[in-house]
Amino acid sequence: MWPLIKILPTKTHVPFVSLARVFATLSILAVIATGVGVFYPGVNLGIDFKGGTVLEFNTGSRPADLARVREAVNGLNLGDVQVQRFGADNDAVVRFQTPTAAAAGAVADNVKGVITKALGQVTFSRMDVVGPEVSGELEGKGLLALFTAVGLMLIYIWFRFELQFGLGAVVALFHDLILSFGLILLLRLEFSLNLIAALLTIIGYSMNDTVVVFDRLRENRRKYKRMPLRELIDLSVNETLTRTVITGLTALLALSGLAIFGGESLRPLSIVLLFGIVIGTYSSIYVASPIILLWGARRDDEPAKPIGPQPASIVSRP
Amino acid sequence: MLALSRWKIILVLASALFGLIFTLPNVLPDSALQAMPSWLPHDRLSLGLDLRGGSYLLMEVDTDALNKERLTNLTEDVRTKLRVAQINFSNLGLQGQVVQVQITDPAQYDQAYKLLSSQIGGALIGGGRDTTVRQTPGETIQIAYVPQAAKEAAEDAVTRSIEIIRKRIDALGATNPSITRQGANRIVIEAPGESDPERLKAVIGKTAKLTFQLVDTTLSPDDLKAGRIPPDDQILPSDEPGHEYFVVKRRAMVDGGMLTNAANSHDENSLPDIAFAFNGVGAQRFAEATSENVGKPFAIVIDNRVISAPTIRGPIPGGSGEITGDFSEESAHDLALVLKTGALPAPLNMIEQHTVGAELGADAVKAGQISILIGAALIFIFIILAYGLFGGFAAVALVVNGLLIVGMMSLFHATLTLPGVAGLVLTLAVAVDANVLIYERMRDEVRSGRPAMAAADAGFSRALTTIIDANVTTVVAAVIMFNLGAGPVKGFALTLLIGVLTSVFTAVLITQVLIGWWFRAFKAKKLPIV
Repeated sequence: MWPLIKILPTKTHVPFVSLARVFATLSILAVIATGVGVFYPGVNLGIDFKGGTVLEFNTGSRPADLARVREAVNGLNLGDVQVQRFGADNDAVVRFQTPTAAAAGAVADNVKGVITKALGQVTFSRMDVVGPEVSGELEGKGLLALFTAVGLMLIYIWFRFELQFGLGAVVALFHDLILSFGLILLLRLEFSLNLIAALLTIIGYSMNDTVVVFDRLRENRRKYKRMPLRELIDLSVNETLTRTVITGLTALLALSGLAIFGGESLRPLSIVLLFGIVIGTYSSIYVASPIILLWGARRDDEPAKPIGPQPASIVSRP
Repeated sequence: MLALSRWKIILVLASALFGLIFTLPNVLPDSALQAMPSWLPHDRLSLGLDLRGGSYLLMEVDTDALNKERLTNLTEDVRTKLRVAQINFSNLGLQGQVVQVQITDPAQYDQAYKLLSSQIGGALIGGGRDTTVRQTPGETIQIAYVPQAAKEAAEDAVTRSIEIIRKRIDALGATNPSITRQGANRIVIEAPGESDPERLKAVIGKTAKLTFQLVDTTLSPDDLKAGRIPPDDQILPSDEPGHEYFVVKRRAMVDGGMLTNAANSHDENSLPDIAFAFNGVGAQRFAEATSENVGKPFAIVIDNRVISAPTIRGPIPGGSGEITGDFSEESAHDLALVLKTGALPAPLNMIEQHTVGAELGADAVKAGQISILIGAALIFIFIILAYGLFGGFAAVALVVNGLLIVGMMSLFHATLTLPGVAGLVLTLAVAVDANVLIYERMRDEVRSGRPAMAAADAGFSRALTTIIDANVTTVVAAVIMFNLGAGPVKGFALTLLIGVLTSVFTAVLITQVLIGWWFRAFKAKKLPIV
């Protein structure tokens, strides 16, 4: 019974395409939900993008009394102050806005002072200050990076495959990006540069996965010239299924170590990456390929035309 | 492909050896590292500030303040030049970014224009003069800086600021600080270790513009209350106990540019103070000013705050003296330090700061190590369970891959950051993907009827395009992230980038050599993965 690969069926016949309509509906619903989520509850922007100060402190052997910290810091009239536990009981973070970074040092000193007064001896283990000048730039740079990435991926896929493939891949890419962003909204994760990095990585992974399926699709199209596109897609996805599952599981295993043991500051990054791998795998099967079907891939031996009469043809006939 | 050509074996062995010797310094204790022969590499992976603790400061030269000061100086320059040439003028002042002056006697108008066009301002580095002088209706003359001048001034200010900051940090004794220019008017300061970030910031950010200004004692309290102060006076806030502010003469008697030395010392009551000494010109001016104003108080002003305002007891001829004030040992030391290193050409504003305690950094390193080890262990177990012996080969490739990544990062002094650790973990998964693609291709080939050896061979050659196609996308994403710029994300991108390159190399080449060797050694007729 070992290696396990021998137990896996050598040839699967999952009718992926016939389930596409169900999943397309689910995906569209999730995308809409994310769209709503942008306005309510809204994006929890971190200081990277909105400016401000984050102070992390540790209370040693005692648990941090957040209520007292909140009370003490609110006495300083800093506006919106967030006090939160950070992982362990004795770790907490305070976030607040400062009009300019230059003034932040003095404000942070005040905050440190009142926290020490409220709780006794504490260790301030981290302080991040981002001024409004920098946060505006970072926001612009972050968005630019995401769009550049998507654009370059489109060009690459277009260059390597055909436009329809590129379109399928990019729709899948946006799908992955949007849903990963949806997860960030859902979990109220602080949107930071680290998460931009996570999204960029997801773009890379999602493309990687899509390319593997497309590669096989292209190959099979040459091999079975008479096979309808729908069956070709099913065949290609099934043929690459073992690889998809094993690679996906490997990535999930590797990252789960990071999510569990990597510490509080890496957790948002690892959670978003974990989700991105799942969603990137899903989208290669259920978003990228059906889009090609919807659009109709040009066959070497027949004129370009959509397969089937209308978009509903992504669902196989009984 | 499976034919074991000599160069392939050499390449594999060389890369493994390379990875090993360059990774070694990272795992050896200090004593063993020092005992190693000098021709072996000693460089360790450099850890980002988020992993070893330290401070990152992003300072911006206040170009607005710099500009304002330059325009003020330009105005004063015009005043002096016209006075020396005995040209009568009125309404000298700033109109936005332009200095404007009206010449009272029309007969002198052309003379004034010629004088100002030839003598005001200086040369640009790029050629040409840095000011334009224009005649305007109503016997007025306008003088303005050309746009290039502001750029050059800012650039020069950044360059000089970096020098001064370096001197200050060195004097403070911070270990291995890095000070670099970023963009046109920004300076990045990275100081690892336990150094107190607030003190660092205070020392770096202090403009340290020192002036000695006479206190105007002629004003009555009523005038002051009504805000009636003469145009050549200014009100400055004060640190001296009992005085919230002082009214002082705008014109400085002497300024800090003439200091040759400053050091922290003690006054007659053993309280901390600062001893200073002027250069020749400064000493002469100081002597003159003190002898003319015996019995009057003068204000010692640093960055527009009065530190103290002692009364001149008698002429001070030697050009040296002491600044007393409300100092602690540390503040006296730091103030002496910044006075000695000179004033910054323009105020520096802190616009970003990240400080991580050494303890937190050490925790992060531990967490990173554990997650990498666990991630790697899970991958090993899984891949061996899934592919048996070939999975074992993939695991060997993965180990060499790990060595290569760490080795290359040590060699190139790349910085490993906390997100970089995540990049490392992800790289392991990407590396395995290449092997999975190869092995699955082999299984396909066997299924389509090829014999074991041919199937294995085709597995490698036919999976290669897919592997490259798939990894180009990750490389693109990583390059974009790297250009995004911010420290920790850059670390993530770099690790990912190095990782992808080494992964493709090890996953394809090392497993190939191992499988080729296995075929030869065991005369295998069947692949263990079918």
